[in-house]
Amino acid sequence: MPSLKDLKNRINSVKSTQKITKAMKMVAATTLRRAPEAAIAARPYATRMQRVLRSLAAAVPAGDGAPVLLGGTGKDEIHLLVVATAERGLCGGFNSSIVRLARQRIHELQAAGKTVRILCIGRKGRDQLRRTYASLIIDTIEVAGGIRKQGFPLAAKVGERLIAMYAAGEFDVATLFFSEFKSVIAQLPTALQLIPAALDTQAVPADAGPDLGGAIYEYEPEEDEILEALLPRNIAVQIFAALLENAASEEGARMSAMDNATRNAGDMINRLTLVYNRSRQAAITKELIEIISGAEAL
Amino acid sequence: MADTVHFELVSPERLAYSADVEMVVVPGTEGDFAVLPGHAPVISLVRTGVIEVYDQGKVATRIFVRGGFAEVAPSGLTVLAEDTLDLANVDRAAFEAKFKDVQADIEAAPDETHRLRAEDQLQKLREIADSL
Repeated sequence: MPSLKDLKNRINSVKSTQKITKAMKMVAATTLRRAPEAAIAARPYATRMQRVLRSLAAAVPAGDGAPVLLGGTGKDEIHLLVVATAERGLCGGFNSSIVRLARQRIHELQAAGKTVRILCIGRKGRDQLRRTYASLIIDTIEVAGGIRKQGFPLAAKVGERLIAMYAAGEFDVATLFFSEFKSVIAQLPTALQLIPAALDTQAVPADAGPDLGGAIYEYEPEEDEILEALLPRNIAVQIFAALLENAASEEGARMSAMDNATRNAGDMINRLTLVYNRSRQAAITKELIEIISGAEAL
Repeated sequence: MADTVHFELVSPERLAYSADVEMVVVPGTEGDFAVLPGHAPVISLVRTGVIEVYDQGKVATRIFVRGGFAEVAPSGLTVLAEDTLDLANVDRAAFEAKFKDVQADIEAAPDETHRLRAEDQLQKLREIADSL
């Protein structure tokens, strides 16, 4: 049976924890209000890019002439997994669920005899993956201050790096892992193939193609030249959009996690206060009995 | 036939400009081209330069763009650019101060990466200065 003082200390410590989780929830809620805005603001760019690429890809014959970023190297040996997670923890299952999806993929690929390499974006994913796959991780890119502070240049840099690695033959297929923002309480871990560009598997957005009225696009310069210029840019845009989705998901996950934690702390305080009062009353009763029985004995 | 063309300028971060305008001059890689209502569908790469939006026969807005492409469809003109900057918002004095700042950064750079970054920034500022 813990003493009254122990109980009091315990209650106070739970109370201060509750204050922290409550504050974190508030912060997450405010950030969350702005995060999806950024993700949505980035959407027109990404969807238009996809649309134009699709129409270009259809115009350029597949085969030897097609750019390697679109057609692939023709091999399927070395897989690069780009795992985008958060910089900070305390956001429920957000990081773990992305890492779990990545792990599952690593497992499948390794079972199929492929070589796997990992590039981490964000510290938390690296920390989790390092436990089992330390030898596979080639590097970690840290997103200091969040993607909205770093902006598009960061995504562009990651894209350039991927393309340089691809050109050097360091991998054949690149897949990006991130969490899609469905709503505050639902985030969906997603795998998106970056290289070679998976244009056909993408869901066609509602405003897929403008009605050209039977006309055909003129291309200036030639189709393949535009494609050559746009594909690297598309990779950067995809990464940027994914990182924004990730940021929104992270805040959503953090908010619900902190909300739960605050509620749990409240329950715990109630339980502890009950025990505290009971033992306080028990102590008083005991003292009274002692006094009374002492008086009776006289 | 409508006498305006719908013009949208989109950067990865946001929708930078959206309006119905009279005419837009786009700096294409193969030369500048003007987009009037009823323009034939074109997809063109855009070089670093200035987009000029015309209203009532005069240049109303000048927007600096870097890297991207333009898509002309019957629904209007869409320019996707990595970097956009409305030149009306640029303050000459502040711009020059920034310019000097970056130049000082290059001289005071402690190591190679800092110097390269500052030089990169200077290059961007020069491009903007050229179009002012």
